[in-house]
Amino acid sequence: MSTRSGAGQPAPSRTTPIPPGTRDVLPEEMRELRAISSRMRATFEGAGYGEVHTPALEYEEVLRRGEERAAGARYRTFDEQGDVLALRSDMTIPIARVVATRYAEEDPPLRFCYFAHAWRAVERGVGEPREFLQGGLELIGVEAPTGDAEILALTIAALDEAGLRRHRVGVGDGSLYRTLLHALDVPEDRHLSLLECLSRRDLVGLEMRVSGLEGIGERERELLVGLPELRGGPEVLERADGPVAGAVEGLRALHKLLAERGVADRVIFDLGLVRQLGYYTGAVFEVYDPAVGFALGGGGRYDDLLGRFGRELPACGMGLDLQRVHMAQAAEEALQ
Amino acid sequence: MSAGERLTIAVPRGALFDGTLDLLDALDIDTGEVRSNDRKLLFEDAGIVTMRPSDVPTYVEHGSADVGVVGKDVLLEQRQRNVYELLDLGFGRCRMVVAVRAGGDPIGSALRRLGRVRIATKYPRIAAEHFAATGRQAEIVEVKGSVELAPLTGLVDGIVDLTATGRTLEENDLRVAEEIEVCTARLIANPVAHKLKADQIDAIVAKVRAG
Repeated sequence: MSTRSGAGQPAPSRTTPIPPGTRDVLPEEMRELRAISSRMRATFEGAGYGEVHTPALEYEEVLRRGEERAAGARYRTFDEQGDVLALRSDMTIPIARVVATRYAEEDPPLRFCYFAHAWRAVERGVGEPREFLQGGLELIGVEAPTGDAEILALTIAALDEAGLRRHRVGVGDGSLYRTLLHALDVPEDRHLSLLECLSRRDLVGLEMRVSGLEGIGERERELLVGLPELRGGPEVLERADGPVAGAVEGLRALHKLLAERGVADRVIFDLGLVRQLGYYTGAVFEVYDPAVGFALGGGGRYDDLLGRFGRELPACGMGLDLQRVHMAQAAEEALQ
Repeated sequence: MSAGERLTIAVPRGALFDGTLDLLDALDIDTGEVRSNDRKLLFEDAGIVTMRPSDVPTYVEHGSADVGVVGKDVLLEQRQRNVYELLDLGFGRCRMVVAVRAGGDPIGSALRRLGRVRIATKYPRIAAEHFAATGRQAEIVEVKGSVELAPLTGLVDGIVDLTATGRTLEENDLRVAEEIEVCTARLIANPVAHKLKADQIDAIVAKVRAG
């Protein structure tokens, strides 16, 4: 493209950088992204979820009230008063703040959707987004499993609208393994390393650490190693009994509601599923499509979060990475 | 994730190649063409892709392969990869060690006199973590070729490398000073494939466990 530079002018540099994990979106991609988000927004709005927008910058202390690590918010700056501001890392905490402040008197349930950017640190290296566009839902004031079923059914419907055909939602219970560790009297000081293995799905490390536990019977060991491998249709819930029967009971009730909504076959129960964020209290979700090697998004139930902002209400939500949804949609289109 | 219902398996060419093919034979996967053609990379009929060992986690993380076989050394060096480690396959056993020139204690003396030690390695992350975890300052020199050369020429005080029999070390007048980790072949899986192709993956795991 030497035509651009006139005589004596230096050629335009093509190496002016942008931070790794960020991107420019040009018109063709933008049009496609816009089409996907419009269809998803229409699904959400049609179900009574009003769209909200909140500041990209929040007081860091407010984000920390929601989650001790500020839900992974990494970009901080100071304002004129010396207060620490942080770029939000998700929309769940800001919406919890909105509910407690702008809707302090409103009767639940409250339903919100959003399409907004969030920012996280690039920790794992190449390809990980620093800035990403999320589309999602928050349902406040509806208990499990009714609220969970509504969020899951709407997520599936919105992705149908976006042009996906083969997507599935993984559903687990974030407290399941912790419950199991307590029920089997595994010493407290071992919990962290076992849970870390589980969240990395280092099943070799998990098995090694479990076999190093003393005073635990063979059946209990099998449960500790085998539970995270249980995933599939509702039949896996039948295979989890004993100490986790109570937690699994909740997932059974959820399955029944999903069946009534006609989406049970889109759900994979996954008893090893854990999500990194600290505010989840019950069911956790992850969304998959065979065209993309990464989860498209995730969410779960966070019944304690609103209380930290002054309104004790049960809640659950889901957030999807729209760029990944777009990847799945493009792959689906290529198949047809 | 690879399209279709069947699994795509990432197979490392190199030290774990034969062990991996033997394992696949035991799983009733046809490796005949893979064994007879060492230039071809993609064997669609068998669902096998062959690659450099350190690329296996990359292909599995991105879902271009559903599962893969890889050494624990590669997994430790690429700890940031989001893959599930399903099984210790037991074969390809070797040790990640710190080695120095035979006779004397070059690491100890460098630390005493210079306050830091220089270490050459192809595994910068494992080496850095090992010295940090043992409270020693280390300057890591990353090399691509034969690491054994580096201490012989005085480039470094010691090396961190993988050794199976120790013969190469011995032939270069090096001795093992410390063992960092025993490494074997592992079966890894893409997180999404682990959910969406659970039955096929579980069948492999069960067969290997029974095997």
